[in-house]
Amino acid sequence: MAWVNVFIQGLLLGGLFALFALGLSLVFGVMRLVNLAHGDLGIMAAFVALACVQWLHLPLVYAGVLAVVIMFVVGYALQRGLLNFTLGTDDTRPILVTFGLSIIVQNALLIGFSADTQGLQATALSTSSVRITGSLAIGYYPLGVFVFAVLFIAGLQLFLNRTKIGRAFRAVSDDREAAELMGINNRHIFALAMAVALAIVALAGVLMGIRTTFDPTAGSLNLIFAFEAVIMGGMGSLWGTMAGGVLLGVAQTLGAQAFGSGWGILCGHVVFLTVLALRPQGFFAKTVTA
Amino acid sequence: MSILEVQDIDVFYEDFQALFSVSFRVDEGQTFAVIGANGAGKSTLLKTVAGMLRPKSGTVLFEGEAVDHISAHRRVGMGISLVPEGRRVFPSLTVRENLQIGAYGGRRGDWNEESVLELFPLLKPLVKRQAASLSGGEQQALAIGRSLMSNPRLILLDEVSLGLAPVVIKRIYEAMVALPAKGTTILVVEQDVQHVLTVADRVACFLAGRISLEGPPSAMTADAITAAYFGM
Repeated sequence: MAWVNVFIQGLLLGGLFALFALGLSLVFGVMRLVNLAHGDLGIMAAFVALACVQWLHLPLVYAGVLAVVIMFVVGYALQRGLLNFTLGTDDTRPILVTFGLSIIVQNALLIGFSADTQGLQATALSTSSVRITGSLAIGYYPLGVFVFAVLFIAGLQLFLNRTKIGRAFRAVSDDREAAELMGINNRHIFALAMAVALAIVALAGVLMGIRTTFDPTAGSLNLIFAFEAVIMGGMGSLWGTMAGGVLLGVAQTLGAQAFGSGWGILCGHVVFLTVLALRPQGFFAKTVTA
Repeated sequence: MSILEVQDIDVFYEDFQALFSVSFRVDEGQTFAVIGANGAGKSTLLKTVAGMLRPKSGTVLFEGEAVDHISAHRRVGMGISLVPEGRRVFPSLTVRENLQIGAYGGRRGDWNEESVLELFPLLKPLVKRQAASLSGGEQQALAIGRSLMSNPRLILLDEVSLGLAPVVIKRIYEAMVALPAKGTTILVVEQDVQHVLTVADRVACFLAGRISLEGPPSAMTADAITAAYFGM
Protein backbone atom coordinates (compact mmCIF):
# COMPACT_ATOMS: atom_id res chain seq x y z
CA MET A 1 0.00 0.00 0.00
CA ALA A 2 2.91 2.31 0.67
CA TRP A 3 3.83 2.06 -3.01
CA VAL A 4 0.35 3.00 -4.15
CA ASN A 5 0.51 5.94 -1.80
CA VAL A 6 3.86 7.03 -3.22
CA PHE A 7 2.61 6.58 -6.75
CA ILE A 8 -0.35 8.85 -6.09
CA GLN A 9 1.88 11.46 -4.46
CA GLY A 10 4.05 11.39 -7.57
CA LEU A 11 1.05 11.69 -9.84
CA LEU A 12 -0.17 14.75 -7.97
CA LEU A 13 3.31 16.27 -7.89
CA GLY A 14 3.31 15.86 -11.67
CA GLY A 15 0.44 18.32 -11.85
CA LEU A 16 2.68 20.99 -10.35
CA PHE A 17 5.50 20.15 -12.76
CA ALA A 18 3.05 20.41 -15.64
CA LEU A 19 1.88 23.81 -14.42
CA PHE A 20 5.50 24.93 -14.29
CA ALA A 21 6.15 23.62 -17.79
CA LEU A 22 3.00 24.83 -19.52
CA GLY A 23 4.21 28.37 -20.19
CA LEU A 24 7.57 27.14 -21.40
CA SER A 25 5.77 24.94 -23.90
CA LEU A 26 3.41 27.72 -24.98
CA VAL A 27 6.18 30.26 -25.56
CA PHE A 28 8.29 27.80 -27.49
CA GLY A 29 5.28 26.81 -29.56
CA VAL A 30 4.19 30.33 -30.46
CA MET A 31 7.54 32.01 -31.07
CA ARG A 32 10.26 29.33 -30.92
CA LEU A 33 11.74 31.09 -27.93
CA VAL A 34 13.51 29.05 -25.27
CA ASN A 35 13.07 31.03 -22.08
CA LEU A 36 15.87 30.06 -19.70
CA ALA A 37 14.53 32.50 -17.10
CA HIS A 38 11.17 30.71 -16.98
CA GLY A 39 11.86 28.90 -13.69
CA ASP A 40 13.30 32.00 -12.04
CA LEU A 41 10.30 34.07 -13.04
CA GLY A 42 8.07 31.46 -11.39
CA ILE A 43 10.12 31.70 -8.21
CA MET A 44 10.01 35.48 -8.49
CA ALA A 45 6.22 35.22 -8.39
CA ALA A 46 6.44 33.23 -5.16
CA PHE A 47 8.58 36.01 -3.68
CA VAL A 48 6.11 38.63 -4.91
CA ALA A 49 3.36 36.75 -3.08
CA LEU A 50 5.60 36.47 -0.02
CA ALA A 51 6.23 40.22 -0.07
CA CYS A 52 2.51 40.90 -0.36
CA VAL A 53 1.84 38.70 2.67
CA GLN A 54 4.70 39.97 4.83
CA TRP A 55 4.80 43.63 3.93
CA LEU A 56 1.26 44.42 2.84
CA HIS A 57 -0.34 41.83 5.18
CA LEU A 58 -2.57 40.57 2.42
CA PRO A 59 -4.25 37.19 2.82
CA LEU A 60 -2.37 34.53 0.86
CA VAL A 61 -5.14 34.04 -1.72
CA TYR A 62 -5.11 37.72 -2.68
CA ALA A 63 -1.33 37.78 -2.64
CA GLY A 64 -1.28 34.83 -5.02
CA VAL A 65 -3.81 36.40 -7.38
CA LEU A 66 -1.89 39.68 -7.29
CA ALA A 67 1.36 37.84 -8.09
CA VAL A 68 -0.30 36.20 -11.11
CA VAL A 69 -1.63 39.53 -12.38
CA ILE A 70 1.72 41.24 -11.86
CA MET A 71 3.54 38.50 -13.74
CA PHE A 72 1.03 38.75 -16.60
CA VAL A 73 1.93 42.43 -16.96
CA VAL A 74 5.66 41.72 -16.51
CA GLY A 75 5.42 39.07 -19.22
CA TYR A 76 3.81 41.43 -21.71
CA ALA A 77 6.30 44.22 -21.00
CA LEU A 78 9.30 41.88 -21.02
CA GLN A 79 8.39 40.45 -24.41
CA ARG A 80 7.41 43.74 -26.01
CA GLY A 81 10.27 45.72 -24.53
CA LEU A 82 13.12 43.22 -24.72
CA LEU A 83 12.61 39.69 -25.99
CA ASN A 84 10.87 40.66 -29.26
CA PHE A 85 14.15 42.26 -30.30
CA THR A 86 16.00 38.98 -29.83
CA LEU A 87 13.74 37.03 -32.19
CA GLY A 88 14.59 36.56 -35.83
CA THR A 89 17.50 35.13 -37.66
CA ASP A 90 19.75 33.95 -34.86
CA ASP A 91 18.41 31.27 -32.50
CA THR A 92 21.14 31.75 -29.91
CA ARG A 93 20.25 35.36 -29.12
CA PRO A 94 17.08 34.68 -27.08
CA ILE A 95 18.92 31.90 -25.24
CA LEU A 96 21.75 34.24 -24.27
CA VAL A 97 19.40 37.05 -23.29
CA THR A 98 17.10 34.87 -21.18
CA PHE A 99 20.14 33.22 -19.57
CA GLY A 100 21.30 36.68 -18.56
CA LEU A 101 17.81 37.50 -17.37
CA SER A 102 17.85 34.37 -15.22
CA ILE A 103 21.04 35.55 -13.51
CA ILE A 104 19.61 39.04 -13.00
CA VAL A 105 16.39 37.70 -11.46
CA GLN A 106 18.25 35.31 -9.12
CA ASN A 107 20.58 38.01 -7.89
CA ALA A 108 17.85 40.61 -7.55
CA LEU A 109 15.95 38.14 -5.36
CA LEU A 110 19.10 37.49 -3.33
CA ILE A 111 19.50 41.22 -2.73
CA GLY A 112 15.84 41.72 -1.91
CA PHE A 113 15.14 38.63 0.17
CA SER A 114 18.58 37.19 1.16
CA ALA A 115 19.50 33.58 0.52
CA ASP A 116 17.22 32.33 3.29
CA THR A 117 14.80 29.55 2.54
CA GLN A 118 11.25 30.83 2.54
CA GLY A 119 7.79 29.37 2.58
CA LEU A 120 4.25 30.57 2.04
CA GLN A 121 2.07 29.63 5.00
CA ALA A 122 -1.36 28.49 3.98
CA THR A 123 -4.18 27.50 6.30
CA ALA A 124 -4.74 24.03 7.70
CA LEU A 125 -6.00 23.02 4.26
CA SER A 126 -2.45 22.63 3.04
CA THR A 127 -1.77 19.77 5.44
CA SER A 128 -5.15 18.08 5.83
CA SER A 129 -6.02 15.04 3.80
CA VAL A 130 -8.77 12.68 2.89
CA ARG A 131 -8.25 9.10 4.01
CA ILE A 132 -9.13 6.56 1.32
CA THR A 133 -8.24 3.39 3.20
CA GLY A 134 -6.33 2.69 6.42
CA SER A 135 -2.89 3.49 5.05
CA LEU A 136 -3.81 5.52 1.96
CA ALA A 137 -4.44 9.24 2.32
CA ILE A 138 -4.56 11.95 -0.31
CA GLY A 139 -3.77 15.49 0.75
CA TYR A 140 -6.39 18.04 -0.19
CA TYR A 141 -3.72 20.46 -1.24
CA PRO A 142 -1.76 18.27 -3.72
CA LEU A 143 -5.08 17.08 -5.10
CA GLY A 144 -6.21 20.67 -5.49
CA VAL A 145 -2.99 21.58 -7.30
CA PHE A 146 -3.46 18.65 -9.65
CA VAL A 147 -7.04 19.67 -10.39
CA PHE A 148 -5.80 23.23 -11.00
CA ALA A 149 -3.27 21.90 -13.49
CA VAL A 150 -5.87 19.87 -15.37
CA LEU A 151 -8.28 22.82 -15.45
CA PHE A 152 -5.57 25.18 -16.69
CA ILE A 153 -4.50 22.86 -19.46
CA ALA A 154 -8.09 22.30 -20.52
CA GLY A 155 -8.70 26.04 -20.34
CA LEU A 156 -5.60 26.88 -22.34
CA GLN A 157 -6.48 24.27 -24.95
CA LEU A 158 -9.97 25.71 -25.21
CA PHE A 159 -8.53 29.22 -25.50
CA LEU A 160 -6.22 28.13 -28.32
CA ASN A 161 -8.94 26.27 -30.20
CA ARG A 162 -11.97 28.46 -29.74
CA THR A 163 -11.00 32.11 -29.37
CA LYS A 164 -9.88 34.62 -31.95
CA ILE A 165 -6.67 35.41 -30.10
CA GLY A 166 -6.03 31.70 -29.50
CA ARG A 167 -6.33 30.99 -33.21
CA ALA A 168 -3.93 33.86 -33.85
CA PHE A 169 -1.44 32.18 -31.47
CA ARG A 170 -1.61 29.03 -33.57
CA ALA A 171 -1.45 30.87 -36.87
CA VAL A 172 1.65 32.76 -35.74
CA SER A 173 3.16 29.47 -34.60
CA ASP A 174 2.57 27.96 -38.05
CA ASP A 175 3.84 30.87 -40.16
CA ARG A 176 4.52 34.25 -38.64
CA GLU A 177 5.02 36.06 -41.96
CA ALA A 178 1.72 34.79 -43.34
CA ALA A 179 0.06 35.74 -40.05
CA GLU A 180 1.34 39.29 -40.44
CA LEU A 181 -0.32 39.31 -43.87
CA MET A 182 -3.64 38.46 -42.21
CA GLY A 183 -3.45 41.61 -40.14
CA ILE A 184 -2.01 39.95 -37.04
CA ASN A 185 0.50 42.05 -35.14
CA ASN A 186 3.07 39.40 -34.25
CA ARG A 187 4.76 41.57 -31.62
CA HIS A 188 1.50 41.90 -29.75
CA ILE A 189 0.72 38.18 -30.03
CA PHE A 190 4.21 37.25 -28.80
CA ALA A 191 3.80 39.58 -25.84
CA LEU A 192 0.38 38.11 -25.01
CA ALA A 193 1.83 34.59 -25.18
CA MET A 194 4.60 35.54 -22.77
CA ALA A 195 2.07 37.24 -20.49
CA VAL A 196 -0.08 34.09 -20.37
CA ALA A 197 3.01 31.92 -19.88
CA LEU A 198 4.28 33.97 -16.95
CA ALA A 199 0.83 34.18 -15.37
CA ILE A 200 0.68 30.37 -15.37
CA VAL A 201 4.22 29.94 -14.08
CA ALA A 202 3.44 32.55 -11.39
CA LEU A 203 0.55 30.40 -10.24
CA ALA A 204 2.86 27.38 -10.28
CA GLY A 205 5.47 29.29 -8.28
CA VAL A 206 2.98 30.36 -5.63
CA LEU A 207 1.48 26.86 -5.38
CA MET A 208 4.96 25.40 -5.08
CA GLY A 209 5.81 27.96 -2.42
CA ILE A 210 2.89 26.73 -0.35
CA ARG A 211 3.75 23.09 -0.90
CA THR A 212 7.41 23.31 -0.11
CA THR A 213 10.14 25.83 0.66
CA PHE A 214 11.96 27.95 -1.89
CA ASP A 215 14.96 30.24 -2.18
CA PRO A 216 16.20 32.67 -4.85
CA THR A 217 18.10 29.98 -6.74
CA ALA A 218 15.27 27.42 -6.83
CA GLY A 219 14.30 28.48 -10.35
CA SER A 220 17.10 26.60 -12.10
CA LEU A 221 16.02 23.19 -10.88
CA ASN A 222 12.40 23.96 -11.68
CA LEU A 223 13.44 24.98 -15.18
CA ILE A 224 15.08 21.60 -15.67
CA PHE A 225 11.96 19.79 -14.42
CA ALA A 226 9.85 21.91 -16.76
CA PHE A 227 12.10 21.11 -19.71
CA GLU A 228 11.93 17.42 -18.91
CA ALA A 229 8.14 17.50 -18.74
CA VAL A 230 7.84 19.40 -22.05
CA ILE A 231 10.32 17.22 -23.92
CA MET A 232 8.94 13.92 -22.65
CA GLY A 233 5.40 15.04 -23.50
CA GLY A 234 6.37 16.22 -26.97
CA MET A 235 6.79 19.78 -28.19
CA GLY A 236 3.58 21.60 -28.94
CA SER A 237 1.24 19.28 -27.04
CA LEU A 238 -0.24 20.66 -23.81
CA TRP A 239 -1.67 17.34 -22.65
CA GLY A 240 1.68 15.82 -23.52
CA THR A 241 3.29 18.27 -21.12
CA MET A 242 0.84 17.09 -18.47
CA ALA A 243 1.77 13.48 -19.17
CA GLY A 244 5.46 14.35 -19.05
CA GLY A 245 5.01 16.16 -15.74
CA VAL A 246 3.14 13.23 -14.25
CA LEU A 247 5.76 10.73 -15.43
CA LEU A 248 8.49 12.89 -13.93
CA GLY A 249 6.63 13.23 -10.63
CA VAL A 250 5.98 9.50 -10.38
CA ALA A 251 9.59 8.68 -11.30
CA GLN A 252 10.89 11.02 -8.62
CA THR A 253 8.67 9.81 -5.78
CA LEU A 254 9.00 6.12 -6.66
CA GLY A 255 12.76 6.55 -6.97
CA ALA A 256 12.92 8.24 -3.59
CA GLN A 257 10.85 5.45 -2.06
CA ALA A 258 13.01 2.73 -3.60
CA PHE A 259 16.50 4.12 -3.12
CA GLY A 260 16.16 6.75 -0.42
CA SER A 261 15.12 10.37 -0.51
CA GLY A 262 18.32 11.66 -2.12
CA TRP A 263 17.81 9.53 -5.22
CA GLY A 264 14.40 10.73 -6.30
CA ILE A 265 15.50 13.59 -8.53
CA LEU A 266 18.19 11.43 -10.13
CA CYS A 267 15.59 8.79 -10.95
CA GLY A 268 13.52 11.51 -12.63
CA HIS A 269 16.50 12.48 -14.77
CA VAL A 270 17.21 8.84 -15.67
CA VAL A 271 13.63 8.31 -16.81
CA PHE A 272 13.84 11.52 -18.82
CA LEU A 273 17.07 10.44 -20.51
CA THR A 274 15.58 7.05 -21.26
CA VAL A 275 12.57 8.64 -22.92
CA LEU A 276 14.86 10.99 -24.83
CA ALA A 277 16.89 8.04 -26.10
CA LEU A 278 13.94 5.84 -27.06
CA ARG A 279 11.43 8.45 -28.24
CA PRO A 280 13.21 11.77 -28.79
CA GLN A 281 10.13 13.44 -30.24
CA GLY A 282 8.19 12.79 -27.01
CA PHE A 283 4.88 11.02 -26.47
CA PHE A 284 2.49 13.34 -28.27
CA ALA A 285 4.61 15.39 -30.63
CA LYS A 286 2.57 17.29 -33.18
CA THR A 287 3.83 16.36 -36.59
CA VAL A 288 2.55 19.46 -38.35
CA THR A 289 3.74 22.39 -36.27
CA ALA A 290 6.67 21.60 -34.01
CA MET B 1 -8.82 57.94 -59.07
CA SER B 2 -6.07 55.39 -58.87
CA ILE B 3 -6.41 53.05 -55.94
CA LEU B 4 -2.72 52.26 -56.08
CA GLU B 5 0.06 54.45 -57.31
CA VAL B 6 3.65 53.34 -57.24
CA GLN B 7 6.02 56.25 -57.71
CA ASP B 8 9.59 55.71 -58.72
CA ILE B 9 10.49 53.04 -56.15
CA ASP B 10 13.90 51.46 -55.61
CA VAL B 11 13.81 48.29 -53.53
CA PHE B 12 16.81 46.41 -52.18
CA TYR B 13 17.55 43.09 -50.52
CA GLU B 14 20.57 44.12 -48.48
CA ASP B 15 22.98 45.26 -51.21
CA PHE B 16 21.12 43.70 -54.09
CA GLN B 17 18.80 46.05 -55.93
CA ALA B 18 15.64 44.25 -57.08
CA LEU B 19 13.57 47.17 -58.40
CA PHE B 20 14.82 50.23 -60.29
CA SER B 21 12.64 53.34 -60.23
CA VAL B 22 9.41 51.48 -60.92
CA SER B 23 6.27 53.58 -61.45
CA PHE B 24 2.73 52.64 -62.44
CA ARG B 25 -0.83 53.16 -61.33
CA VAL B 26 -3.79 50.83 -60.90
CA ASP B 27 -7.34 52.17 -61.21
CA GLU B 28 -10.12 51.00 -58.96
CA GLY B 29 -11.93 47.90 -60.21
CA GLN B 30 -9.16 47.04 -62.65
CA THR B 31 -7.35 43.77 -63.00
CA PHE B 32 -3.72 44.72 -63.39
CA ALA B 33 -1.31 41.98 -64.39
CA VAL B 34 2.43 41.99 -63.82
CA ILE B 35 4.29 39.48 -65.94
CA GLY B 36 7.94 38.65 -66.28
CA ALA B 37 10.55 35.94 -65.94
CA ASN B 38 11.90 34.50 -62.72
CA GLY B 39 13.78 37.12 -60.74
CA ALA B 40 12.36 40.08 -62.65
CA GLY B 41 11.18 41.68 -59.41
CA LYS B 42 7.48 40.80 -59.55
CA SER B 43 7.20 39.29 -56.08
CA THR B 44 9.37 42.07 -54.69
CA LEU B 45 6.88 44.55 -56.03
CA LEU B 46 3.94 42.82 -54.34
CA LYS B 47 5.83 42.52 -51.04
CA THR B 48 6.57 46.22 -51.17
CA VAL B 49 2.94 47.10 -51.77
CA ALA B 50 1.90 44.76 -48.93
CA GLY B 51 4.40 46.34 -46.57
CA MET B 52 6.80 43.44 -46.09
CA LEU B 53 9.56 45.39 -47.82
CA ARG B 54 10.22 49.12 -47.69
CA PRO B 55 11.36 51.06 -50.76
CA LYS B 56 14.70 52.75 -50.30
CA SER B 57 13.42 55.66 -52.33
CA GLY B 58 10.15 56.48 -54.01
CA THR B 59 6.73 56.01 -52.51
CA VAL B 60 3.64 53.81 -52.61
CA LEU B 61 0.29 55.60 -52.52
CA PHE B 62 -2.89 53.75 -51.59
CA GLU B 63 -6.04 55.75 -52.28
CA GLY B 64 -3.87 58.81 -52.66
CA GLU B 65 -2.06 58.47 -49.33
CA ALA B 66 1.52 57.41 -48.79
CA VAL B 67 1.65 54.09 -46.92
CA ASP B 68 5.43 53.62 -46.73
CA HIS B 69 5.52 54.05 -42.95
CA ILE B 70 2.61 51.67 -42.31
CA SER B 71 3.42 48.11 -41.26
CA ALA B 72 2.13 45.08 -43.16
CA HIS B 73 -0.42 44.01 -40.57
CA ARG B 74 -2.01 47.46 -40.48
CA ARG B 75 -2.27 47.65 -44.27
CA VAL B 76 -4.66 44.68 -44.10
CA GLY B 77 -7.09 46.84 -42.14
CA MET B 78 -6.81 49.52 -44.83
CA GLY B 79 -7.83 47.00 -47.48
CA ILE B 80 -4.58 45.64 -48.93
CA SER B 81 -4.25 41.87 -48.86
CA LEU B 82 -1.48 39.72 -50.30
CA VAL B 83 -1.93 36.09 -51.33
CA PRO B 84 1.71 35.06 -50.98
CA GLU B 85 3.67 32.91 -53.38
CA GLY B 86 3.56 29.27 -52.33
CA ARG B 87 0.10 29.77 -50.78
CA ARG B 88 1.34 29.75 -47.19
CA VAL B 89 -1.88 28.43 -45.65
CA PHE B 90 -1.61 27.66 -41.93
CA PRO B 91 -0.96 23.91 -42.08
CA SER B 92 -2.08 22.91 -38.58
CA LEU B 93 -5.30 24.94 -38.73
CA THR B 94 -8.46 23.65 -40.33
CA VAL B 95 -9.83 25.19 -43.52
CA ARG B 96 -12.46 27.02 -41.49
CA GLU B 97 -9.88 28.32 -39.03
CA ASN B 98 -7.71 29.53 -41.90
CA LEU B 99 -10.69 31.51 -43.19
CA GLN B 100 -11.40 32.87 -39.71
CA ILE B 101 -7.80 34.03 -39.39
CA GLY B 102 -8.22 35.71 -42.77
CA ALA B 103 -10.85 37.96 -41.22
CA TYR B 104 -8.64 38.76 -38.21
CA GLY B 105 -7.44 42.22 -39.15
CA GLY B 106 -9.67 42.93 -42.09
CA ARG B 107 -12.53 45.21 -42.94
CA ARG B 108 -16.25 44.57 -42.89
CA GLY B 109 -17.88 43.72 -46.17
CA ASP B 110 -19.62 41.17 -48.34
CA TRP B 111 -16.98 38.47 -47.99
CA ASN B 112 -17.56 35.97 -45.24
CA GLU B 113 -17.19 32.23 -44.81
CA GLU B 114 -20.40 31.61 -46.70
CA SER B 115 -19.66 33.77 -49.73
CA VAL B 116 -16.07 32.53 -49.96
CA LEU B 117 -17.27 28.92 -49.95
CA GLU B 118 -19.75 29.91 -52.62
CA LEU B 119 -16.90 31.22 -54.75
CA PHE B 120 -14.80 28.09 -54.15
CA PRO B 121 -17.33 25.25 -53.75
CA LEU B 122 -14.48 22.74 -53.73
CA LEU B 123 -13.63 23.92 -50.19
CA LYS B 124 -17.12 23.25 -48.83
CA PRO B 125 -16.64 19.57 -47.94
CA LEU B 126 -13.19 20.33 -46.52
CA VAL B 127 -13.94 22.97 -43.88
CA LYS B 128 -13.03 20.69 -40.98
CA ARG B 129 -9.89 19.29 -42.59
CA GLN B 130 -6.42 20.41 -41.64
CA ALA B 131 -5.03 22.67 -44.35
CA ALA B 132 -1.86 20.55 -44.52
CA SER B 133 -3.88 17.66 -45.94
CA LEU B 134 -5.22 19.69 -48.89
CA SER B 135 -3.99 19.37 -52.47
CA GLY B 136 -2.10 22.24 -54.09
CA GLY B 137 -5.16 23.53 -55.91
CA GLU B 138 -7.31 23.35 -52.79
CA GLN B 139 -4.63 25.19 -50.83
CA GLN B 140 -4.48 27.90 -53.49
CA ALA B 141 -8.25 28.33 -53.38
CA LEU B 142 -8.03 28.50 -49.59
CA ALA B 143 -5.24 31.07 -49.71
CA ILE B 144 -7.29 33.33 -52.00
CA GLY B 145 -10.45 32.77 -49.95
CA ARG B 146 -8.54 33.54 -46.76
CA SER B 147 -7.41 36.86 -48.20
CA LEU B 148 -10.91 37.71 -49.38
CA MET B 149 -12.14 37.23 -45.80
CA SER B 150 -10.43 40.53 -44.98
CA ASN B 151 -12.65 42.25 -47.59
CA PRO B 152 -9.72 43.81 -49.41
CA ARG B 153 -10.10 46.78 -51.71
CA LEU B 154 -6.90 45.67 -53.41
CA ILE B 155 -5.91 42.01 -53.55
CA LEU B 156 -2.36 41.10 -54.52
CA LEU B 157 -2.03 37.64 -56.07
CA ASP B 158 1.46 36.19 -56.34
CA GLU B 159 1.92 33.35 -58.86
CA VAL B 160 -1.47 31.77 -58.23
CA SER B 161 -1.06 29.25 -61.04
CA LEU B 162 2.40 28.01 -60.08
CA GLY B 163 2.56 24.23 -59.81
CA LEU B 164 -1.13 23.67 -60.43
CA ALA B 165 -2.89 21.48 -62.98
CA PRO B 166 -4.37 23.37 -65.96
CA VAL B 167 -7.94 22.48 -65.00
CA VAL B 168 -7.37 23.94 -61.51
CA ILE B 169 -5.78 27.08 -62.92
CA LYS B 170 -8.83 27.52 -65.13
CA ARG B 171 -11.15 27.32 -62.12
CA ILE B 172 -9.10 29.82 -60.13
CA TYR B 173 -9.13 32.29 -63.00
CA GLU B 174 -12.87 31.85 -63.38
CA ALA B 175 -13.24 32.78 -59.73
CA MET B 176 -10.96 35.77 -60.21
CA VAL B 177 -13.30 37.30 -62.79
CA ALA B 178 -15.98 37.55 -60.09
CA LEU B 179 -13.92 39.82 -57.82
CA PRO B 180 -14.06 43.23 -59.55
CA ALA B 181 -17.87 43.03 -59.49
CA LYS B 182 -17.61 43.04 -55.71
CA GLY B 183 -15.44 46.13 -55.75
CA THR B 184 -12.10 44.41 -55.41
CA THR B 185 -9.17 45.58 -57.48
CA ILE B 186 -6.68 42.90 -58.50
CA LEU B 187 -2.94 43.17 -58.90
CA VAL B 188 -1.81 39.77 -60.14
CA VAL B 189 1.70 38.54 -60.77
CA GLU B 190 2.31 35.64 -63.15
CA GLN B 191 5.04 33.92 -65.07
CA ASP B 192 2.41 32.13 -67.10
CA VAL B 193 1.31 34.82 -69.57
CA GLN B 194 -1.45 32.86 -71.34
CA HIS B 195 -4.08 32.85 -68.62
CA VAL B 196 -3.44 36.20 -67.11
CA LEU B 197 -3.86 38.08 -70.39
CA THR B 198 -7.43 36.80 -70.67
CA VAL B 199 -8.47 38.52 -67.43
CA ALA B 200 -6.22 41.59 -67.31
CA ASP B 201 -7.32 45.12 -68.15
CA ARG B 202 -3.75 46.28 -68.10
CA VAL B 203 -0.38 44.58 -68.17
CA ALA B 204 3.09 45.56 -67.08
CA CYS B 205 6.01 43.38 -68.11
CA PHE B 206 9.00 43.37 -65.78
CA LEU B 207 12.53 42.73 -66.91
CA ALA B 208 15.44 42.75 -64.47
CA GLY B 209 13.75 45.07 -62.02
CA ARG B 210 12.36 47.55 -64.56
CA ILE B 211 9.11 47.85 -66.44
CA SER B 212 9.88 46.95 -70.05
CA LEU B 213 6.36 47.25 -71.46
CA GLU B 214 3.05 48.55 -70.15
CA GLY B 215 -0.42 48.96 -71.58
CA PRO B 216 -3.74 47.22 -72.24
CA PRO B 217 -3.24 43.67 -73.55
CA SER B 218 -5.36 44.40 -76.62
CA ALA B 219 -2.74 46.90 -77.77
CA MET B 220 0.13 44.44 -77.44
CA THR B 221 1.35 42.04 -80.07
CA ALA B 222 2.68 38.65 -79.06
CA ASP B 223 6.06 39.65 -80.44
CA ALA B 224 6.18 42.82 -78.35
CA ILE B 225 5.36 40.83 -75.21
CA THR B 226 7.98 38.22 -76.00
CA ALA B 227 10.57 40.92 -76.57
CA ALA B 228 9.69 42.70 -73.33
CA TYR B 229 9.57 39.43 -71.37
CA PHE B 230 12.93 38.09 -72.50
CA GLY B 231 14.64 41.39 -73.25
CA MET B 232 15.29 40.67 -76.89
